[in-house]
Amino acid sequence: MTKKLLSGDEAVAQGAWEAGCHVAAAYPGTPSTEVLEALSTYKDVYCEWSTNEKVALEVALGASISGARAMAAMKHVGLNVAADPLFSAAYIGARAGLVIVTADDPGLHSSQNEQDNRFYGLMAKVPVICPSDSQEAKDFTRRAFDVSEEFDIPVILRLTTRSAHSSSVVELGERQARPVKGYEKQATRNVCLPAFFKVRHVDLEQRLDRVRAWNEGCDLNRIETGSRQLGIISDGVAYQYAREVFPDASFLKLGMVWPFPQELVRRFAGTVDELVVIEEVDLFIETQVRALHPSSVTGHPSPITGKDKLPRTDELSPRVLRSSLSSFLTPQSSLLSPQSSVFNLPNRPPALCPGCPHTGLYWALQKQKLIVSGDIGCYTLGALPPHAVMETCVDMGASITVAHGMDKALGESEPRRRVALIGDSTFFHSGITGLINTVYNQSNIITIISDNRTTGMTGHQNHPGTGQTLMGKVGHVIKPEEIAKACGIKNVVVVDPYKVKETRKTVRELLSKDEPAVIINRRACALHVRLQNPPYKVDPDKCNGCKTCITLGCPALSWERVQGFTGSRVQASEPEPQNPRTPEPHSSVPSRGKALITETLCVGCGMCADLCAQEAISQSPSSPAPRPSPRTGGAR
Amino acid sequence: MNILVCGVGGQGVILFSNIISDLALTAGLDVKKSEVHGMAQRGGSVTSHIRYAPKVYSPLIEEGTADIIVAFEMMEALRYIHFLNPKGRLIYDTHRIDPLPVSIGAVERPTDEWLQEQLTTRVGKPATVPENGDRTAANSMSRPGGLPPFSASAGTPATSHLVRVPAFQMALRLGNARVQNTVMLGAISCFLEFPEDAYHQAISRLVKPKVVDLNLKAFSEGRTLCSKT
Repeated sequence: MTKKLLSGDEAVAQGAWEAGCHVAAAYPGTPSTEVLEALSTYKDVYCEWSTNEKVALEVALGASISGARAMAAMKHVGLNVAADPLFSAAYIGARAGLVIVTADDPGLHSSQNEQDNRFYGLMAKVPVICPSDSQEAKDFTRRAFDVSEEFDIPVILRLTTRSAHSSSVVELGERQARPVKGYEKQATRNVCLPAFFKVRHVDLEQRLDRVRAWNEGCDLNRIETGSRQLGIISDGVAYQYAREVFPDASFLKLGMVWPFPQELVRRFAGTVDELVVIEEVDLFIETQVRALHPSSVTGHPSPITGKDKLPRTDELSPRVLRSSLSSFLTPQSSLLSPQSSVFNLPNRPPALCPGCPHTGLYWALQKQKLIVSGDIGCYTLGALPPHAVMETCVDMGASITVAHGMDKALGESEPRRRVALIGDSTFFHSGITGLINTVYNQSNIITIISDNRTTGMTGHQNHPGTGQTLMGKVGHVIKPEEIAKACGIKNVVVVDPYKVKETRKTVRELLSKDEPAVIINRRACALHVRLQNPPYKVDPDKCNGCKTCITLGCPALSWERVQGFTGSRVQASEPEPQNPRTPEPHSSVPSRGKALITETLCVGCGMCADLCAQEAISQSPSSPAPRPSPRTGGAR
Repeated sequence: MNILVCGVGGQGVILFSNIISDLALTAGLDVKKSEVHGMAQRGGSVTSHIRYAPKVYSPLIEEGTADIIVAFEMMEALRYIHFLNPKGRLIYDTHRIDPLPVSIGAVERPTDEWLQEQLTTRVGKPATVPENGDRTAANSMSRPGGLPPFSASAGTPATSHLVRVPAFQMALRLGNARVQNTVMLGAISCFLEFPEDAYHQAISRLVKPKVVDLNLKAFSEGRTLCSKT
C-alpha cells in the first residue's frame, strides 16, 4: 500500500478521484484552494475554476443531474454565495454522487469571519461529514460520494483550516469505475416549480430520515472506550486536540455530525459519568446533545460541559483545552510546562510585496478627496498603514455596491467622491452585476479595477481575464474595460501603476469630472510575473529625507536615522529600549533620516524612483542580485 | 519529536518543513505538519509545526513542548520562544527582516543585543557556529554595535541549547539567498536521527532539478557549520 504525506485538501482530491468523480468546480479561497489544484493534476476528472462559488455548485449539480459524480469546493464564505443552489440541490437530490467541500476558517487566518458551516446541513437539510485528518479526509470523501448517491442527497464535506492545511499520512487507493449514467428527463425532480417541489420537500424529509437512521450505526462515527469517568464527544480536528490532552478518556468521535445520531449519543452518554463536548467555534454538537437531556426542559443543572468552559471564538488548540478544561485534568497534566512570557514585539502583519502594483495605486489615491470602499484580495491590505486608503470591505463584490449605496445616501452633502476598488478576479466573481447596477440606477462613483492579471492572494489561479483554464486550455481573454464599456460606462481609462505620478494625475482628473468612470489599474502581480530588473539604490547625498517613497509601503524601502548613515543598513547607536514596541508616530520620528533600499528585497519595479523629486533613487548598473523572493522563497 | 519552524513569508519555511516531514515519513513514522497558507504569508510571520512519532494526534505543537525551534529570523525566534520545551533547543539565524511598521519608522526596532539577551535569558548561552572562512565579509554586513564576532567559545551544539547559525550569510556566499533554508536544514540535521543520505535524497526529490546541486551544497555547508563546533 502506497503511503503519502498529503494535506487535507490534497487528500480530498485523492478521495474524489478514487470515488470516480468526473466533474469538479471551484472558486479559489483559502483554505480550500488546493483541493482543485490537486485534483486537476489527476487524469479522468474535468476540473475548472468557475467564476464564483454559486457557478461552481451549479456546474457540479448539472453534472450530477447528468449522472456523473461531481464535486464543488469553496471556502466557508463561498458557501454563502452558493447557498441558493445548495437549498435547491437538496430538493433535487443526487442522481450521481454530489459532494460540496467547504473549508471553514476558525481563527480567521485568511477570512472575514468564523462562520460554522455545519449549520448549513441543518438548514439546507443535507448530511455533513467532518474529517479530522488527511486519511479521514480521503476516506470520508469517498464515503460522501457513496452516501450521496445511495440516499439521493448532496453531502457537505466540511474541513477547517487545520484539517485542510495540515499534512498527515494517507494510504492511497485505486479509482473506482463510475461511468457517467447519462441524462434522463425528470421534470418533477429537476424543475423547482412550487407544485413539484412541495412534493419534493416531503421526499427530502424522508431521505434525510433514512440517512439519520443509517448514521446511528455507520462507521463514520466511532466509540473509543477509555475511562468511565470522562466521556468526550468531538468532531474534526478538535478530536485530535482532545485525544492529545485527554489520552485516558472515552471518546465518541463523530464523523457525520448531521443528521445527528441521537441514539448513538444516548448510548455513549449512558456509559460515562461526565460528558464533555469539544468542538470549535459554535455549539453545533452541544446543542443537539443538550436537546436530548431532560435538563433542557426541566432546567435542572446538566452534567454536560461544553461552551460554558470552552471559547466560542477563535480556533482550539491543545493548550486552550488544557487551560479551559483544567478541572478534568490531573494536577500533573493540567499544565505541561510553566507558562513562559510572551514578548511584546513589533507586529509582523502581512504586507504588499515589493513591486506590487497595488502599492502604486494606493500611493496615487492617498490624500485625495475620496472615500474608498474596498473588496476581497491582497489589496485589502490597503486598509493598513502606510496606505490606509481603504475604508470599507464587506464581502466579494461589495466594493461597487457599497460605494453606490453611499453615493445615494450622501449625495452632494459629502464632497469626497465615492470610489470602489476591486480586483480583477473579484470583478469577474461578483463585481459585474454591481457595476451594471451603478449604471442602471445612476450613481456617480468611480470604480477602480486593480487588474494584476491573476487571482493573487490565493496563489495565482487563472480567471476569465487571463483566458487560461485550470485544464491548461487557452481561450478568449475577457477584458474588464470592454465589460465596463458594454455596461454603459463612458469614461474608461487604463493606467500603469508603475508610472505612479501619471496614475495619480489620471485619478485627479477623473475625480474632478462630475461623471462615473472606470479605471483599470493594470500591471501583472510582481510575484506571478517576476521582474528581472537590477535593484535600485538610494544616493544618500541626494536623499533629503522627505519620506515620499516610504509612503509607498514597499517592504524593500525603509527609513533609517541619519546618524551613522553609510548607505548600508545600519542601526543608530542608542540606549536599548525598555519596551521595544514603544510606538513612535511619524511626527515624532526625527526628520533627519534617509530612505534605504534593501537590495535583496528590491525587484527593480522603479515606483520609488518615479516618485523621488530629488532623483536620489537609481538603478544599480549591475545585473540582478541573487535575492530571496518576497514570499515564495526557499529553493524550489 | 516536536519541531516548530518559524520565519517570515518568503524564507522557505514550508519547503524546509516538507523535507523534515518527508524524512520522518520515509523512516516509517506517523507525521503531522501544520501551517497556514494565504493571507498569513504576505510577508507576515510564518510558522510550521512538525510532529513525528509512532502515533501523532494533534497537528499543532502545544506551547512549552517543542523539542526544537528553528528560526530563520531573530525576532521571530523570540516571538515563538514560549513554544520551547524548557529542555528544548533553539536553532536560529541572526538574520533580521524588519516588519513594515518598523521599516516605515512607525515602531521602534528592537536591537540585536536586546533580542540576543532575551533569548539567552530564556534558553541559555549560545553555541555559536563560526563562520567558515571569510569572517570579515560576514561582519561587514552586521550592524555596528551588533552581535559580537562569531566565536565558538560559548559552547558546543551538544552542550548548549541555543545554536546560532549564520545561514543567510552563508546562502549569500553561495550566491543565492534563497538557500538559507537549506543551510538551516544542514544545521538541524546535526540534531536529528535521520542519516545524512536521507537528506540528500529528500532534497533531490523535493527541490527543483536545476537547483538541486546548489541545495546539496548549502545543506553540506549548514551541516559542517554545526558539526565543526
